[in-house]
Amino acid sequence: MRVTADREVCISAGTCALTAPELFEQDDDGIVTLLHADPGSHEEAAREAAGLCPSGAVQITE
Amino acid sequence: MAVLYPQSRTCPYHPPAAYDPLREGAPMHRVRLYQGGTAWVVTRYDLARRLLADRRLSSDRTNPRFPVMAPRFEAFKRFPRRTLIGMDEPEHGRYRRMLISEFAVRRIRAMRPDIEAVVRRFLDEMLAAGPPADLVSAFSLPVPSMVICRLLGVPYDDHDFFQAASRHLVHARTADESLAAREELDGYIGGLIDRKGFGPGLLRTLMDGPFATGEMDREDLLSVSMLLLVAGHETTASMISLGVITLLERPDQLAVLRAEPETMVTAVEELLRFLSIADIAGMRCAKADIELDGQTVAAGEGVIVSNFINNRDADAFPDPDTFDVRRPARHHLAFGYGVHQCLAVPVEELPLRLGDSIQGVDRLPITWWTTQGEVRSRARGHGPR
Repeated sequence: MRVTADREVCISAGTCALTAPELFEQDDDGIVTLLHADPGSHEEAAREAAGLCPSGAVQITE
Repeated sequence: MAVLYPQSRTCPYHPPAAYDPLREGAPMHRVRLYQGGTAWVVTRYDLARRLLADRRLSSDRTNPRFPVMAPRFEAFKRFPRRTLIGMDEPEHGRYRRMLISEFAVRRIRAMRPDIEAVVRRFLDEMLAAGPPADLVSAFSLPVPSMVICRLLGVPYDDHDFFQAASRHLVHARTADESLAAREELDGYIGGLIDRKGFGPGLLRTLMDGPFATGEMDREDLLSVSMLLLVAGHETTASMISLGVITLLERPDQLAVLRAEPETMVTAVEELLRFLSIADIAGMRCAKADIELDGQTVAAGEGVIVSNFINNRDADAFPDPDTFDVRRPARHHLAFGYGVHQCLAVPVEELPLRLGDSIQGVDRLPITWWTTQGEVRSRARGHGPR
């Protein structure tokens, strides 16, 4: 599984950072920062974050 | 004849029975609006999410064909004002970004001790005063009020005024009433702007930043201040009051919560789903013809995404009319979805998750009652008074 986070599309909802803090952070402007493109043991959290992201900025490819 | 939409709830826990036909068959139904005219109501979760993310739907409330759901929305048409919830991209994104850093998860989490102190203070005062306690006036209203004041930098001493004005705005029965409330709030916030009366917080950050550089004018600052001041008040207060009643009326669920405090995380999301208090916030207007699984929304038609009905879609939430504190319900639409999703999602998780600060209180025996008819239901703002 690969995780991507599009900073142009991000609306800073914060859902990913709340759901999978191991994989996502918000920068000072609230925009998503991807910590690991390979989710490792956090696949489930990555899937949930992608499902909840309201802007479609967070995507996963399996 | 098409179903009239919206209608008041007769029970705070269930969509009005008159909506039953909307929950069957097609994922979208044409409904009648109170002024005459029709709009589409989306009643299936999957379609709701798709449409809330669809750029062909506009949020511009000044559009003459935008669905008018209650008298207060007429005021938008008579006296248009640029407001975050009524903007489309790319303008919306530009304004949202000016606000968002203040709502970043890290920033909000840093406020947690402050918010805990607020919660603790009103609980202690309620306990010190002894029984009986009025939950709404002693806790549900003052907690969000004080938290919002701290977040925005608005003096809490003025809370009686803006609580009343917010309520007038949300519950206006006519366009004139809603305009009068808007003017009252304009006067108040305008005064704070003119005398630089904001304490540390979001509004001062905006004043010193985008307002000072000219990215935002006075009208923008007024509009956004009002939105932030009003939007979190009645909603959070209603959630606290109705949430408490929902649990008290379901002793088995309350027992689960008491025995397994970690359930609070799912319980909060389930309360948001089950009560869906801002159930008509998802109003849009089609900018182009949109083909959807055999149905067509024509350009100019209104589209309403009913959070309440979509949050009861059995395909998304099995056995949807059952309240279950253990249910994984984070994907609910109570905060909306898409670019207009509630800014304050990271804030909302805090006051509702303060398990530690209610320790001790949650063991107290509670005898409680509501006066019949006191749980009121309006087009928006469902809560006990």
